[in-house]
Amino acid sequence: MNRLLLRLALLFASLACLALPARAALDPALVAGFAGDFNSRVAAIEALGVEGSAAARALLDAVEAGNVGTAADKVVVIDGDAVKDAASGEALQIAADEVETITVNNRIRRALATAHAALALSAESGADRLAAANTLTENTSESLLPLFERTLAGEKDEAVRGVLSRAVARVNLGSADAAKRLKAAEALGESSDPAVKNMLAALLEKRGEGKDASWAEPDAEVRAAAEASIKAIDRRIATAQAVGTVFSGLSLGSILLLAALGLAITYGVMGIINMAHGELLMVGAYATFLVQGLFRSYLPAYLDWYVVAAIPVAFFAAALVGVAMERLVLRHLYGRPLESLLATWGLSLVLIQAARVVFGPQNLELANPGWMSGGMELAAGVVLPYNRIVIIGFAVFVLVLIWLMMQKTRLGMFVRAVTQNRPMAGCVGVPTARVDTLAFAIGSGVAGLGGLALSQIANVGPAMGQGYIVDAFMVVVLGGVGQLAGAVWAALGLGIVAKFLEGWAGAVIAKILVLVFIIVFIQKRPQGIFALKGRFADS
Amino acid sequence: MRTPFTVRLFQSMPKTGWVALAIFAVVACVGVPVAHLALPEGHALHLSAYTVSLLGKILCYMVVAVAMDLIWGYAGILSLGHGLFFALGGYAFGMYLMRQIGRDGSYQSDLPDFMVFLDWKELPWYWAGSDSFLWALFLAMALPGLVAFVFGYFAFRSRIKGVYFSIITQALTYAAMLLFFRNETGFGGNNGFTDFKRILGYSITSPEMRATLFALSALLLIACLVLGRYLVSSRFGRVLAAIRDAESRVMFIGYNPLHYKLFMWTLSAVLCGLAGALYVPQVGIINPSEMSPANSIEIAVWVAVGGRGTLVGAVLGAGIVNLAKSFFTVTVPEYWPFFLGFLFIAVTLYLPDGVVGLWRKLRARKGPDSAAAAPAVTAAPVGETAPETTVAKGATA
Repeated sequence: MNRLLLRLALLFASLACLALPARAALDPALVAGFAGDFNSRVAAIEALGVEGSAAARALLDAVEAGNVGTAADKVVVIDGDAVKDAASGEALQIAADEVETITVNNRIRRALATAHAALALSAESGADRLAAANTLTENTSESLLPLFERTLAGEKDEAVRGVLSRAVARVNLGSADAAKRLKAAEALGESSDPAVKNMLAALLEKRGEGKDASWAEPDAEVRAAAEASIKAIDRRIATAQAVGTVFSGLSLGSILLLAALGLAITYGVMGIINMAHGELLMVGAYATFLVQGLFRSYLPAYLDWYVVAAIPVAFFAAALVGVAMERLVLRHLYGRPLESLLATWGLSLVLIQAARVVFGPQNLELANPGWMSGGMELAAGVVLPYNRIVIIGFAVFVLVLIWLMMQKTRLGMFVRAVTQNRPMAGCVGVPTARVDTLAFAIGSGVAGLGGLALSQIANVGPAMGQGYIVDAFMVVVLGGVGQLAGAVWAALGLGIVAKFLEGWAGAVIAKILVLVFIIVFIQKRPQGIFALKGRFADS
Repeated sequence: MRTPFTVRLFQSMPKTGWVALAIFAVVACVGVPVAHLALPEGHALHLSAYTVSLLGKILCYMVVAVAMDLIWGYAGILSLGHGLFFALGGYAFGMYLMRQIGRDGSYQSDLPDFMVFLDWKELPWYWAGSDSFLWALFLAMALPGLVAFVFGYFAFRSRIKGVYFSIITQALTYAAMLLFFRNETGFGGNNGFTDFKRILGYSITSPEMRATLFALSALLLIACLVLGRYLVSSRFGRVLAAIRDAESRVMFIGYNPLHYKLFMWTLSAVLCGLAGALYVPQVGIINPSEMSPANSIEIAVWVAVGGRGTLVGAVLGAGIVNLAKSFFTVTVPEYWPFFLGFLFIAVTLYLPDGVVGLWRKLRARKGPDSAAAAPAVTAAPVGETAPETTVAKGATA
């Protein structure tokens, strides 16, 4: 009964819209639902959403604000002190306190959300329309069908069209017409939503036993189509999940790379294993936090861009700490890698405790800027978050920068010379001591950039560096000490392998398996993936 | 004709060393129990329960330090995973202690409390036999030994050395820590084992038991020192030092460094396991944080502070650092990491041979005559060259 009323109302509404697009008033039949029970109110709200005119929009807002009610058998809107007829907008001679307003309960609220989404289907921006379409797909009902069909007719955006046509198919799956069901079952094969798969699977259910057996879906052709569609959906979901895993592996790998790049430089040039490297990450992360604080206080309008401003700050803050470490301590320990390892561990203790004293022991949480929050949805449940995409890009950027520096600049040439043969480089006039300091500063600065990236996905706290140092070392050891290319391959490889193992065995077992893998790998290639060749190989 | 074993054992340490050990044994096995049990509270020489437990704990740390010195100082292998072996020994013995609680736990069940809490119905298979004291003791040695043997075999066979080895051992203990933090592992998750009641039927908190455990720790330390001294002064120890200083040359002469390194590495792990087994009843708790990489590095700190390659240095270092730690964490807890950090930087920069090296330098400055006349208790058997430089060479090679 309600449905019928609604259809009629819709028909009237669309006719009215076509005939008098400029008229602000609403069709009284649309509004009448508000005088009934909750079911009819929900139907009225949906119908208003479908109708989509400015007046409907205003009325919905009024419902949300609790300003719509009934008085003297009329649906009215309270507008300030005046009471107006909801349909025509004419002022009525009724006092505001005589109106019995509609209670906004959860059902009404849900209906309002759907109606707003229906309204948003005609939004300007494609992204808004897509979001609206997705919301509508979640709780489709037959009443939305005309809206979908109307929108589909005018919609140009492929993504929105896809979502909407699948929504139509979902509704049509319950249609009485077998041909419609067949089309719907075929169309749903385009989906990658597990919920759609369940809907299709429900069609294939068998009821009863033996001779009395009947299918939930009587038509064999529709069943075959549904089966094919389920297979297609399964394939799509599997692909999406594989892509998602590779992506999170790349993301983990790029973080490992940022953490390990600096280490690869410092160890490669100076033979110093820097156990305080994790704390340089921490310095970068805290620098980012401070920049965020400055933006909050002085440039709140540009808060979204604090991350960009933090890039040089994090780099130089960590580089400064690195230079201080190198000048004060490490300088005296060249050629003694084990001692440098232990002394830098002492440094890391001091830095952690200093951070604890200055910033407090608790973890700080940094806000993701607007352009880094949210994500790209590949399929239901497989989302590629923007902040991780940005970090992968950032890692590539840093890598390219370092590569350019190492290959194209004079300093890079010196660094390579010192890495290959320190005494010989000194003999031909390379200022080895200064190269050491600069290389250490750059390695530390890169660690600071790693900290900046980490601050966007993890908590910032005094102990944050400790969590990454073991992994960073694994990357360096696996890649071959001092080898940039090795570090890249090792980081990405470890990241992806770890993520695939994680999906299969859980995070801790994955970590242990990765460790076992590294030990086995080093059996085969003790110097890492890219071993130094030639006469320095064994030194 | 080789000299008999007993003679070689006796000759491995100068007379003053034996005398010092004998005095230490008497103090630990007679003096401390008497001071704790017989003397009334308030007496000037009375030792409180806290002091005895603290000293007992430090004795266990000293054993670990000696074990670390054997592998680091004499074989040039810096392990950052000794905390794992220590904790494995502790867990092995802790299983026995958990079973000894019997039905006195808060759930009055035969199963340890944490298993009841996790709704486990029976003991996992690896807990089989854990109610036997001898099996627990065996496990406390065998488990770390086995892990060390397997890990060491593969690592040494592929000639993983120096910093690589250190990092891999660190990753090993880190992975083990992650594993033990999980409830499913069956070792009490992050709470570990605690709330022990008795050993062999005797109450674990009684003063007699405390004094006994203390004396046992002291005896273990003495045994470690004697064994260590014998090993490093034997032919085996000399080959090991040669491997440390120039592995390739030793190989060219015809030795297989794998066996030497593997033996010392496994022995070191077994000693750590024993120390862990004695540590747990004295401290009353064992949890996965013992396996944290930081703990293992701290063991290296003790040895470096005392002086590497001198067994007595390891003992001194463990004593100095841990006493300082007890002092700092009680008085100014937030400055302890600063102190430890700066101590370590200072020791590596200014005291490469640790406290023992400083002592030797001071002796030498007094005049060559007096230094030559007094045989140094701590003299390293492997030549008088500073182990510092040789280790560094071995590490870079």
